[in-house]
Formats: sequence, structure tokens, C-alpha cells
Amino acid sequence: MTSAMSEAGDVSAAVLDVRGVVKTYRGNPARANDGIDLDVHAGEVFGLLGPNGAGKSTLVRQLAGLTRPDSGRITLFGHDLAGGGATAASYVAYLAQDEPALDELPVRLAVETTARLRGLARAQARSATTTLLDELDLGPVAARPVGRLSGGQRRLACVAAALAADRPMLLLDEPTTGLDPVARRSVWAAIDRRRAERGTTVVLVTHNVIEAELVLDRVAILDRGRVIACDTPGRLKARVSDDVRLDLVWRRTPPAHDPTVAALQPRAHIDGLRWSIRLEAAAAREALGRLMTGATLDALDDFTLATATLEDVYLALGGRDDDMEKE
Amino acid sequence: MSGTATASTRATTAPGARPGAVAAFAAVYAGQLARAKVARGPLLFVASLQSLGILLLLRGVVHNDPPRTTSAIVAGSTVLVVAFVALNLLAQRFGALKANRALDYYGALPVSAAPVVLGTAASYATFTIPGALLTCVVGVAMYGLSFAQVWLVVPVVIASGIALSGLGAAIGLLAPRAEFATVLGQLAMTAVLFLGVIPPTHLPGAARVAREVVPSMTAVDVLAAGLRGTPSWWGVGWRLAVTVAWGLLGLVLASRAFRRACAR
Repeated sequence: MTSAMSEAGDVSAAVLDVRGVVKTYRGNPARANDGIDLDVHAGEVFGLLGPNGAGKSTLVRQLAGLTRPDSGRITLFGHDLAGGGATAASYVAYLAQDEPALDELPVRLAVETTARLRGLARAQARSATTTLLDELDLGPVAARPVGRLSGGQRRLACVAAALAADRPMLLLDEPTTGLDPVARRSVWAAIDRRRAERGTTVVLVTHNVIEAELVLDRVAILDRGRVIACDTPGRLKARVSDDVRLDLVWRRTPPAHDPTVAALQPRAHIDGLRWSIRLEAAAAREALGRLMTGATLDALDDFTLATATLEDVYLALGGRDDDMEKE
Repeated sequence: MSGTATASTRATTAPGARPGAVAAFAAVYAGQLARAKVARGPLLFVASLQSLGILLLLRGVVHNDPPRTTSAIVAGSTVLVVAFVALNLLAQRFGALKANRALDYYGALPVSAAPVVLGTAASYATFTIPGALLTCVVGVAMYGLSFAQVWLVVPVVIASGIALSGLGAAIGLLAPRAEFATVLGQLAMTAVLFLGVIPPTHLPGAARVAREVVPSMTAVDVLAAGLRGTPSWWGVGWRLAVTVAWGLLGLVLASRAFRRACAR
């Protein structure tokens, strides 16, 4: 270990450095990762945001040492991951999108086994497991097999296994998918506690834009295997701050002859009777005012006017998919 | 998150602990044992029942045969319990782990392949001891053999468990699809059944040659000799050592296959 990797480091240091990473899967000519560059600093909560198929999970599997890039370099805490997965396993606690290996184990044993496999002695692992189950309120289901829990509880048990035994980096692939709001809060609290107390660096995958805005220090937006933007959520949103999203829900097909409807239609993302249009704030107010009169008012069932989200940033930057979660 | 990281924050950058091979084996073994307790009871019952059924079936066709024949039948049926679990179930288990990407869990942990394969195999083999003992005792009583060396069933089950579970794990990990793993495991178990249960003197020439390369057959011979009441202890030791050596070879193969499957 070099001196730079001593017990503690300054937050300004990049602990993860990804340069020119390309990854293609056999039988699929499209590149899952197509020249990814990014760096993550110590103690940071860094997000990978993008629609399904953007290459987030492929990148994360490479960061976890589970697969190697076709070309490019990944440096983790000063170590080149080309050396194999053993380096990543020493630094990273990885939560996959699914953990079928744990399905038949009781929750307590799943967490304890993971802690032991991360190097804790049996007694330490047992004590750490008890603390972790209390922290995530998993005590009542501790004796039940992971695979027989509800989707949310199952995910929570897998999060507990990922948090078992300290690692300097948490690599979490959609950690809160399927969780109810209470469980979601307890997961974020547990992650934040580790960052505050131990300076743990967190890299997480999400396609939930609202969550991303709330929890991330910085975010890289991925589209078709490339990073199309990387900054703080606030600065990214500032790029499209003049825009708002006008969502319209129609009772019936809107009158096509109406000039406002005719003007909005080409710019709208249409899903049945739901229209979603990004406009400058003044133009949106004006359009809404016109829609609130005459024949269009009869056809209009509901509307919302919202400020820009990271999804709008994604679309403004040329993102072509529109399937990111907004709840 | 509550606040962006500030320059005053000190971040942990030291690598986490790694378990030793023995600790990793113990953790995997304990976890898989608990898992097997829940899921494998009925299958182990079937494994024992299968062997008891074969004993009963052959009792109907074997009349006034010498102990060399009957001891081979009982020893082969006993080791068949191990083969069912080590080849059939373990090949299925590893085939399924590979197919649904469950190996990622182990691949992202700081453990090498050998303790994971060995721990899983050992947990499966542990469950075969009661069934193998029951089969052996019933067979000895049924065929009028000597009870004096029935204890040999314990080292025989352990040695053949090691020998066959490495092979079973390798089959599961090397098969391109989970369905193939199941079929190959089943075929391997069938081979152990025929070559183990039918006394070597009754086998045709080609099958006798094949019998020599099936890892568990030396263990079958050890138990058969013990059930006749006059084993050569040097022979017992040597044959069990050969069985374990086969097993180590299988485990090395399985460990390599595991690493390969993890690094897909």
C-alpha cells in the first residue's frame, strides 16, 4: 500500500478514476460502455443516472471487479483493477440489482455470512449483524429466508448484507428499488451515517430522478454507454433553469383545430391522453392561460406545471429515452 | 444526503479485512448448512429411499451369492446416497448459481474460489451421512454381512463426498446452461449407480476399465472389503487416499471453473 492510501485521505483526492472504458458483450455489437470517463472523490455520494440500457450496471460490475473492460483503465484507491477482482473486493461493498445467492438463507445468517466473508471474526460478525438488523428494522424478519420476504423487505435485507463489515466504498445498484418510504429513509440514513462517521465513499446507480436530486453530491448522466453530463444536480439543473415541464391530462382527444393545441402537439411527449411538454416558463404560463378558455377547457382534465428535473437535463442534453422514474 | 462532503471530512481509504481460507470455508459451510436444512430434507429422503429400493430389488435376484458380491452391492448402494447429493444436487446448485448470476455475490467478496466450492460441497456431503449409514446398516442386515466394520461408512462417505462433490460442482459450473448441468449430473450419478452397485466381477471388460476412473469406486471397494470383515488396513488407507486425491483434483477443476464463471 502506498502512503496515499493510509488510514485516511483528503476528500479532494479522487479514489475512483475511470478513463476511456469500453465494454461490449458477445453477440451484441452495441457498446454497453462507450468511452466512459469519470472520477469520484473520497467521501462523496456519486450517482450514475440514466434510463434502462444506458450502461450503468455494466459500469458498476466493472467497478466491482466482476468483469473487465475491453479497453480503458479503472483505478480504485490507487490500484489498477486490471489486476483482477480481488482488489475491488477489498475496497468495495457491492450491492447488485438482485442477490439470488442469499435467497434461501435466513436474513440474519445472510448478513452474518457476508460479514464473515468480508473478514470479520464470527463473534464480531454476529454483533455487527445484530446492530445492522436493528438499524434497518429487520429484527422482526431476521429468522425468515430472504427469498420468502416481500419485495421491499427482501431488498432491505440485501442492503443490510451490503453494509455488513466496513468497506471504504459502497457500490450500490438501485439500493432503494421497491422500498416503501419509511424503509427508503432508513436506508439513506444508514448510508449517510457511514459517510459522516467513517468517510465512506458512495457510488450508486439510480434511475429515480427525484431521489438523485435529494441524495447525490454529484451525478453522471449516462445515455447509450456514454457520460453526457457530470456535475452537481444543482448545476446541471441550472443549465435548463428557464424551462418548466407542462403536463396535461385530457378527458378526450383535444381539439386539433385549436391554435394552442396545434402549437403544443409537435413538441409534446404523448402517452395516450397524457401530454408532457418542456417550455420556457413564460411560454408555458401563456399556453396554459389560453388552454383554460373555450373548447380546450372542456377537454382538459388536469394539468401540472413543474420546474426542471434531472430528467429534463437528460432530455435537453440529447438523451433519447424517456423512461426514468419520477416518483 | 445531509450536506456535501467538505474538505474537513476525513475519508476512509484503507482496504477492508479479508478472511483466511479456513474462515471463509467455515462461513460458507455454516451458511449452506442452514440453507440445506431448509431446502434439502425431502431430496435427501429420496436419495436414501432410492438406495434402499435398489438393495431390496437386488435382494430379489441375488441368491446364495458369495460375500464378495453382496458386500459390493451394499457398498455401492451406500455410496450412491453420496453420489445423488454430490453429483446430482450439487451440479444443479452450481448450474443454477451460474445461470442466475448468483456467483456475482461471491465474486464481489474477498474470498477465493476454493473455500466457496469446498464449503458448499461439504455442507451437501454432511447431509448424506445419516442416509448412507441407514442404507449400510439395512444392507448388512438384509444380506447377512459383518457389522464389525460398519463404522468404515463414515470415512468412506467423507472421502467419496470429497471425490464426487468436486466433480459435481465442476459439472454445474462448466455446463453452458443450467439444464445441461442437471442432465450431466444425472448421467454421472447413473454411472456411479451401475458401476458401483454391480459387483466388478459381473461387469463386462469395458465397464471394468471405466470403473477404474470413477473417483468414488476406490471408496466402494474399501467399504465392501470392510463388510466382508477382513480388510487390509494398508489397502483401506491407500484406497481412501486415492479417493481423496481424486476429490482434490475435482475441487481444483471446480475452483478454476468457479473463477472462470465469476469473471464472465
